[in-house]
Amino acid sequence: MSDQAPPPHHDAALRPGPLLPTKDGRDGALMFVIAVLCALACLAVLGGAASDRAAQGWRADLKASATVQVRPKSGETSAEAAARGAEALAGVKGVTEARALDRAAASKLLEPWLGKGGVPEDMPIPELVAVDLDPAHPADTAALQSALDQAHVDGSVDDHGRWLGDVERAATTVRLGALGAALVLAAAAGAAINFATRAGLQARHEVVEVLYLSGAEDRFTAALFQNRFARLSFFAGLQGLAAAVALWVVLRLAAPGDGFSPLLPQAWSDLLLVLPCPILASAIGAISARSSAMSILRGYGHGGVG
Amino acid sequence: MRYGRSPEVLRDIHLTLPNGSFHFLTGPSGAGKSSLLKLIYLAHEPSRGLIRLFGQDIATVPRGDLPHIRRRIGVVFQEYRLLDHLSAFDNAALPLRIAGRKIETYRDDVAELLGWVGLGGRMHALPPTLSGGEKQRLAIARAVVARPDILLADEPTGNLDHEMGERILRLLVELNRQGTTVLVSSHDRELVESSGMPVLHLDGGRLQGVGGA
Repeated sequence: MSDQAPPPHHDAALRPGPLLPTKDGRDGALMFVIAVLCALACLAVLGGAASDRAAQGWRADLKASATVQVRPKSGETSAEAAARGAEALAGVKGVTEARALDRAAASKLLEPWLGKGGVPEDMPIPELVAVDLDPAHPADTAALQSALDQAHVDGSVDDHGRWLGDVERAATTVRLGALGAALVLAAAAGAAINFATRAGLQARHEVVEVLYLSGAEDRFTAALFQNRFARLSFFAGLQGLAAAVALWVVLRLAAPGDGFSPLLPQAWSDLLLVLPCPILASAIGAISARSSAMSILRGYGHGGVG
Repeated sequence: MRYGRSPEVLRDIHLTLPNGSFHFLTGPSGAGKSSLLKLIYLAHEPSRGLIRLFGQDIATVPRGDLPHIRRRIGVVFQEYRLLDHLSAFDNAALPLRIAGRKIETYRDDVAELLGWVGLGGRMHALPPTLSGGEKQRLAIARAVVARPDILLADEPTGNLDHEMGERILRLLVELNRQGTTVLVSSHDRELVESSGMPVLHLDGGRLQGVGGA
């Protein structure tokens, strides 16, 4: 441009810096909020998986058994009727075992309602036959009833269908509840990021306006916020995942048998369900930040900056 | 043009800047010089009237096309509007970066330009560490780095000594010779008169006419 111009610097150390300031005092608080929401979402999913497994177990138990109430015919004792019923049922295809319950075993079934030793000696108790079914090919109610009829045993079959329906409804409720909780927490994380993006744009309106007046397209500026909050949300999601997994592992290791309690049987494979948490958090952060940034930038119209 | 519900700050302005022209814009404080520049660099929409840039009525240009028009306009803001977290080099290179250029394609040019405005040794400095004059020179470098079709400068020499002011004027004239249309708002009568360029005088929000220097 002039003879006074110095020679080019060839300064290889000159590297483009980040267009948005890298430090923001509000990032810590936002990260904490997102991490907590992610931890709660992970726990909701893990809890839902364990509950679902418990319901599946109950359903399998109920499907693999049936109870037959036997009524003695004239001249026959209750025990004899039950023994005949068990013998008739044991030969049915799809039955692995049929056994008559003696009075002590039948009384035990009433303990949840009457308490231990709460069954009076003279109280009549129906004669019951417990039937274990082949889980792969269980005998149906009609086959069991037919076997009883052919052996001239007066009995009625309870295939636990009423309980099965209740368990299945409960399992569906738990699944939907866990999914709903995870979705609500994801929406809350999105709202928090949306709020933070708007605050960030407001706080950095000088930067945004200079970019805008220098010819930056909306998507260029929005991408800066999108990338920033995607990164922040990813690390917050990672922290939330770590906290949830740590709590889950403590419960798993501290609990005997299948998990924290028979109501919530845990499995190590459940952790696979929550591994994508940081990626999902990052996606929610990116989408939320981009949409709110684009909305604000469109509000500038054909001018509208200072 | 008005700000919100305030009285009009500019009215009855009929102004055409021919391609490749160079004008000074003068007038007392509050005359509307900065407001007129803001209309031209598309920071504000006129409350009534028409703005045509590069043959297009701005009101009918789709919003998505405005960035490409803005990239053809270089602006030296009165209050500099430098980005405090970016180095002097990054501030100067901002329009090129926004246009999608890779640093390899502009590193030497930006370094040369910064050297030319006397900031060769301050390329890594952040704006808060620069003096008023250095900030002003950096703002000028940013405005001219992309060789815009129109250069609008709001008091570009206000914080510079006479020698640096003359030097910056030579830079603007050089750009003008290469085809850039230049409009410079200035209070510096000596600079305006020494340039020999035509003068637009604003007073009370009205253009008082075009005069010689």
